[in-house]
Amino acid sequence: MLATLGKRLITVIPTLIGVIIVTFLLTRALPGDPAAYFAGPAATKEAVEQVRVSLGLDKPLPIQFVRYVNDLVHGNLGNSLSTGRPVVTEIASRLPASAELTLLGLILSMVIAVPLGILAAVKQGSWIDHTCRVVATAGVSLPVFFTGLLLVYVFYYILGWWPAPIGRLDAFSSVPPNITGFYTIDTLLTGNVETFRASLSQLILPAFTLGIFSLAPIARMTRASMLAVLASEFVRTARASGLDNRTVIITYAFRNAMLPVVTTLGMVFSFLLGANVLVEKVFAWPGIGSYAVEALLQSDFAPVQGFVLTMAVMYVALNLLIDILYGVIDPRVRLEG
Amino acid sequence: MKRREFLKSAGAAAATAAVSGPSVISSAKAQSRKETMLIVSESGPNNIDIHGVGTNVPGYEVSWNCYDRLISHEMKSVDGKPYYDRDKFKMELAEDMNVGDMSVTFKLKKKATFQDGTPVTAKDVKWSLDRAVSVGGFPTFQMGAGSLTKKEQFVVVDDNTFRVDFARKDRLTIPDLAVIVPCVMNSGLVQKNATEKDPWGLEYTKQNTAGSGAYKVTSWVPGTEVIMERNDAWVGGKLPETKKIIWRIVPSAGNRRALLERGDADISYDLPNKDFVELKSAGKLDIVSTPYSNGIQYIGMNVKIPPFDNPKVRQAVAYAIPYQKIMDAVLFGLAKPMYGAPAGSPTQVAWPQPHGYSIDIAKAKALLSDAGFPNGFETTISFDLGFAGVNEPICVLVQESLAQIGIKATINKIPGANWRTELNKKVLPLYTNVFSGWLDYPEYFFIWCYHGKNSIFNTMSYQSKTMDDLIDGAVTAAANGDKATYEKDVKGMVDTAYADMPRIPLYQPYVNVAMQKNVSGYQYWFHRRLDYRTLVKG
Repeated sequence: MLATLGKRLITVIPTLIGVIIVTFLLTRALPGDPAAYFAGPAATKEAVEQVRVSLGLDKPLPIQFVRYVNDLVHGNLGNSLSTGRPVVTEIASRLPASAELTLLGLILSMVIAVPLGILAAVKQGSWIDHTCRVVATAGVSLPVFFTGLLLVYVFYYILGWWPAPIGRLDAFSSVPPNITGFYTIDTLLTGNVETFRASLSQLILPAFTLGIFSLAPIARMTRASMLAVLASEFVRTARASGLDNRTVIITYAFRNAMLPVVTTLGMVFSFLLGANVLVEKVFAWPGIGSYAVEALLQSDFAPVQGFVLTMAVMYVALNLLIDILYGVIDPRVRLEG
Repeated sequence: MKRREFLKSAGAAAATAAVSGPSVISSAKAQSRKETMLIVSESGPNNIDIHGVGTNVPGYEVSWNCYDRLISHEMKSVDGKPYYDRDKFKMELAEDMNVGDMSVTFKLKKKATFQDGTPVTAKDVKWSLDRAVSVGGFPTFQMGAGSLTKKEQFVVVDDNTFRVDFARKDRLTIPDLAVIVPCVMNSGLVQKNATEKDPWGLEYTKQNTAGSGAYKVTSWVPGTEVIMERNDAWVGGKLPETKKIIWRIVPSAGNRRALLERGDADISYDLPNKDFVELKSAGKLDIVSTPYSNGIQYIGMNVKIPPFDNPKVRQAVAYAIPYQKIMDAVLFGLAKPMYGAPAGSPTQVAWPQPHGYSIDIAKAKALLSDAGFPNGFETTISFDLGFAGVNEPICVLVQESLAQIGIKATINKIPGANWRTELNKKVLPLYTNVFSGWLDYPEYFFIWCYHGKNSIFNTMSYQSKTMDDLIDGAVTAAANGDKATYEKDVKGMVDTAYADMPRIPLYQPYVNVAMQKNVSGYQYWFHRRLDYRTLVKG
C-alpha cells in the first residue's frame, strides 16, 4: 500500500512542475500592467516606473521566474498587492471557507441525488424517474447566481427565515478561535452554541445553491451505473436466490455501482471548490474563488499563481484519495494497484 | 450501520441542532447594535495607508477617519444638506493657523495624543509630510498639486509649532493641506517598525493605523470586513457618537439593497442608479444625492487621431450625442446635465457648467459634410469595464446615435486593470470616462484635463497655446488675488474648451447614499467617501 502511494506521489512531481511553469507564464502573458494599475489613477510615467521597480517587474522574465521558484521552495507564495497580505495567509484563511461551503453543498446534494438516482434506476420509467430527470435538468440549467439570488429573495427578503447574505457570520457574532478553519466545527469544539447556529444558518442558503447545481451529475451518474449493475447477472442470481429487494439493491447492487459515483463526487467537489465564484459573490462569502477572480481583474499575479497551484495540489490529493477509496469499495482494484 | 442505529443517531444530531441560544446574549447584541454602524459596500480597502503603493479609494476612507490633518473644512448647507465649505477651514490637529506672505504657521493642540498615548509633536507632523512628498506615486503627486514638493518646506519651529514654507505663491497650497494625503502619523511608532528596505514603514501602516484620529482599525479582513472602534481620547473635534463601525463587503448590489430594505444594514452608497430611484420613491430610507464636486463624465476624442483632429468633426459628434436619453435611460435622472445651455447665455465663472450643444442630427450631418466626411467614417468607442453599469449603456446609445450621421463606431470594452494603461498610451480615438478633482477650482480641473503639458487626464492629447495661456493666467491671477483677470481667464478657458470641443461633457455624476431613517449626520466631502465622525444612529 505504501509503495503504491509512493509511486503515485512520484508521478505527481512532473505535473506540479508543469503547473508552476504554465501559471507563471500565463499570468505574465495577461493583458494589463500591474505597475500602472497600482500606481493609481493620477500617476505620472515616472511614478509608474518607480512602482514597476519596487514590484520587481523591471527584471527579465527568467530572473523573475528564478525568484518565484526560490520563494516557493521557502513556502512563500508572494504578497497580494490588492489585499496587501501574504498569499499563503490569504489562501489558508479562505480555503476553509470555500471547503466548508462546498462540502456542505455536496453533502446536501448527495443526500438528495443518490437516493433519487437509485429510485430512478429501480423504478425506471416511473414518475420518480421522470422527477429525477426534471430535477437534475432544472438544477444544472439554472445558473448558480440566479438560484442564489432567488433563494435570497424568497428566504431572506420576503420570508425573513434565513439571515442576511453577508458572509460566514452576521456582523455581530465574533469569529470563533481558529482550530480547523471550519466555523461550524470550531464553534462546536469550543462549545459556542450560539455562534454555531449563526454560522450554520449563514451556510444553509449558499450550500443549497451549490447543492442544487451539483444534483444533476450525481443523480444521473447514480442512475446510469445502478441501471448497468441491476441488469447484471449477479443481481439476477441474488434475486433468484430469494434475497429481499432491499438487500439486493443496497448491499449488492449499490456497492458495485458506487465506483463511478465516487469518481463523479471527486470531480464535482474539486470543480465546485474553484468554480463557486458566483455563489461566493452573491453571498459575500470570503472564499478562494472570488479571491482569485478579484486578483485576476487587478492583474495581481501572486494570488492567481497561488490559487492555481493550490488547486492543482488539491486536485492531485483528491485523486489520490479517490484511488484509495476505490480500493476500499472494490477489493479487485486494490489487487491490481 | 444498521438502519435503527442510524435513525437513532440522526435523531440525536437533530436534537443538538435544535438547542436554542440563550436570550441574554441577544439583548446584549441589541445594545451593541445601537452603538454600531453597519456599512455595506461593493469593495473594501487594499491598504489602510493612503501613502501606500496603489492604495485604492476605499482605503482613503479608512485613512480619512483614522488619521487627523492639521486642518479640515467647515460645513455649509447646499440644498439643505451639509456640504464641505471649500473656502472655510477649521482646525483639526492645529489649534491655530497663521498665514503669512510666503509661509503658514500652525500651533498644535497641546492635549493631542496618538492612539498609543504618545503626544503629537511638530516633529511627527514634519516626518509625516516629508513622507508624503517622498514616497512617490499618488501621495507625492497630490502634494505637488499644492506646490508642496520638498522636505525643506516643512519646518519644526518648536515642539508645538510647525511651519510650511511656500515654494511659490499658489492658492492651492493651503487647501492641499486639508486633503486626505497630509495626514499626521505617529513617527516614533512607524519608525520602530520600519526596515532598511522600507525606511518609511509602509509595510507596517499598510495593515495598522498609527494616527491620532477619531477611529482605529481593530480588525481588517481584506475583501470581507473592516472593524473600526472609536478613539475616546480624540481631540480633533467633537467626540463621535458611534462607538463602532462595521464595514462589510457585499459584492452583489441586489443583496446590498435587500440588506438596507430589511433594516439589517445602516448605510450603503454604491448601488445602481435604478435602485436609488426606486428606494427614493419607496420612501423607507433616506437617500441623499449630491453632484460630484469638480467632476464630469464625458465623451473624449483624441485630437491627434484623424478625423478627430478636425474641430468640425468634434462639433458634429457633440451635436449627435443623445444627451437626454442618457440622462433618462442610463442615470434615471440621478445626475446634473452638462449640456443644453440656452443659446446666448453668458459664460459663468464656474466649473463645471453646461455647454450649449444638444442633439441636432441635421446640424451634425452638415458639419460632417463640411469637414469632408459626408458619408461618415469608421472608428471605435472604448470604455472601462470596471464601471460597465453606466459606461456600457452610454456607449451603446452613442453608437446608435452616431450611426445616424454615418459614423460607424465599434464598441471596445477594456477591463478595469487595463483601462489606465490604455488611457496613458493616448491611442483611443473615442471613449467615455470620468474625471473629478479633490480641489474644487476651475483652474485645477483645466490644468489636468486641458493643459498642453499633457497630464494623464488630458486624455485627448489636446494642445492649444491659447488655452495654456489662459490657464497659466488664471493660476497666477488666483495666487495674486487679481479677481478681474482671473474671471476673464476662467471664462476664456470655458469658451475655448467648448468651441474646440476635444471632450464633450455629458453630466455631473451624483454620489448617492442610502441610509436608514434613524441615521443622521451624513456630510458630503470632496473625497466623496463617508465621514464616520458625524454619523449618529438613534
